[in-house]
Amino acid sequence: MLSSRLPRLGPWIAKRLFTRNYASIYRGRYNQSTRNRFLQPPAFQQLSLNKLYNGAMIGKHNFLSTTSNEGNEQKETISVTFVDKDGEEQHIRVPVGMSMLEAAHENDIELEGACEGSLACSTCHVIVMDVEYYNKLEDPTDEENDMLDLAFGLSETSRLGCQVIAKPELDGIRLAIPAATRNFAVDGYVPKPH
Amino acid sequence: MQNVVILQARKWFSRSLSSFSSNPLKVCVVGSGPAGFYTAEKMLKAHQQAQVDIIDRLPTPFGLVRSGVAPDHPETKIVINQFSRVAQHEQCSFLGNVTLGSSISLSELRKLYHVVVLAYGAESDRSLGIPGESLKGIYSAREFVWWYNGHPDGRNLDPDLKNTDAAVILGQGNVALDVARILLRPTAELATTDIANYALAALEESSIRKVYLVGRRGPAQAACTAKELREILGIRNVDISIQEVDLRLTPADEEELKSNRIKRRVHELLSKAAAKPRTAGLNQRELHFVFFRKPDSFQESEDRTGHVSGVHFEKTVLKGDGPGKQIAIGTGEFEDIKCGLVLKSIGYKSVPVDGLPFDHKKGIVPNFRGRVLSDTSGDPTLLEEGLYVCGWLKRGPTGIVATNLHCAEETVLSISEDIEKGMLISSAALPKPGREGLLQLLQDRDVRIVSFSDWEKIDSEEKRLGSSRNKPREKLSTWDELHKAALE
Repeated sequence: MLSSRLPRLGPWIAKRLFTRNYASIYRGRYNQSTRNRFLQPPAFQQLSLNKLYNGAMIGKHNFLSTTSNEGNEQKETISVTFVDKDGEEQHIRVPVGMSMLEAAHENDIELEGACEGSLACSTCHVIVMDVEYYNKLEDPTDEENDMLDLAFGLSETSRLGCQVIAKPELDGIRLAIPAATRNFAVDGYVPKPH
Repeated sequence: MQNVVILQARKWFSRSLSSFSSNPLKVCVVGSGPAGFYTAEKMLKAHQQAQVDIIDRLPTPFGLVRSGVAPDHPETKIVINQFSRVAQHEQCSFLGNVTLGSSISLSELRKLYHVVVLAYGAESDRSLGIPGESLKGIYSAREFVWWYNGHPDGRNLDPDLKNTDAAVILGQGNVALDVARILLRPTAELATTDIANYALAALEESSIRKVYLVGRRGPAQAACTAKELREILGIRNVDISIQEVDLRLTPADEEELKSNRIKRRVHELLSKAAAKPRTAGLNQRELHFVFFRKPDSFQESEDRTGHVSGVHFEKTVLKGDGPGKQIAIGTGEFEDIKCGLVLKSIGYKSVPVDGLPFDHKKGIVPNFRGRVLSDTSGDPTLLEEGLYVCGWLKRGPTGIVATNLHCAEETVLSISEDIEKGMLISSAALPKPGREGLLQLLQDRDVRIVSFSDWEKIDSEEKRLGSSRNKPREKLSTWDELHKAALE
């Protein structure tokens, strides 16, 4: 299908035609009950993305590490997948000990971080897509819970990206970046505190 | 498949008008707080060739992040780094010292730009409309916050903190907690923040020992959030007083808490604090949470005419149709709290400008997802072309910094949709003067613009002055000082 191959072949045209714009007809409303819809990216993107990544990622045990073995020092990394509000997936490798917020920024993933990891905002809110991984995380502190209180699209498996630190048990974790616009001005809307 | 191709072609065509012709989209954002900056950032991301100008009436950017966030909350101000990066983007310009309504009118701005986004927030206050409201010693929390944060319009508030031992704060939201905390926190802790030096001096000499946080309704309806509550309950040398009887929950209250995580945690914190034994006398200062009291009038002092000496409250009970809709009804029983300082923290209010449709009841600009409507009828087809709103001016004065992130996303989405649907084509196809036109007009009117690099001079000077006093910065808080640092 020509229209789905174009993004990979013609970056300049593609940027104009297929930039990930909210105005795209493929953008659905992200909402809890239809969350599964976002686990499958829209058809035209899925084709190209899967082709790129299915080959490289073989199950959870990714021995095709993208971090180079420099000399004798090999930093242990885990595989993390970010799923954005349009359902697009980005697979990255994160060194053990790095926060998900930092990892996202290093890989140009659009995760906001207004307070730069100082537990003073909720903009790096991510949803851990699989409950088994959520349970492997340490419980949030009072301070993190205070900030989660204010997060948009809060779910049962929500965490702040700056507080999720990469460790070997989290290899393969998938994090969804919530869409926010659904929270606006609907009947029964409760004003947020300030 | 065919539809996809046609749609993409149309999008390509309309985007070409803003994308790669020699006729870039010209956008003006009025207001440089979080709403303004998030809007600018998202506009630049969505429209790669757009030129975005951010104007502000102050010579300093960042709105309430600079003048609203409390001095002892420096982490909340870190977002300034992100906003600075936006201002430094080559297609973005910050233009300070430019006031909508006096330096330039709204209609003039709309002629210069394809898109105008109003994000100038809410610089006025709701009033109670009760007797005695104009007595001395009664201020809005907004004015008090501007005062201790060194806002040039708050610099001369000069509240008298030495004539009394008690302050009453009306309202129990986070702003109320902020002002209570600033009045109660040991001043040694404030001395290393960016609090204005004259405010620190006044607080060091303050005789206020008792602060009352008074709400019309109960703990289940308090608007504050857990972080701020936890913080104020933990202030050194402050005794907390909460009546356990006030914490009893009605069935309607239980319903409200069930579906509201924030309120649940707030209630837990208040309950724990109420259960702790009081250590009265050992601590120097007291914080009293008072519920179910509605201000009826302000009492005038007999010794000092024209000055407040107390608040006359009516006790209330809650009545309502259901959870979330309970309101406070007076019972006819009254009670007084003596005090020499009253801070009203009952909500901000936006200020309209000429040529701008305004809903005076809600205090916002009538809009549909950020598109300004021509009147308050709510008819979404009567739009003001090219005019949008974001932030408090759009939603009302609630929410945190991050709320504007999503608010901006919605407004920018509306703008992009309008461009794609061809609703702005009539003007987008025509070049508009944009920044050049604005600069020329302002020069003709002798308006001395403060650019972002001019602000950086103010910023360096404040940091320099602060470093010798062990503060992150010493704010320049008069118009003269600010202009001098920026423009000389």
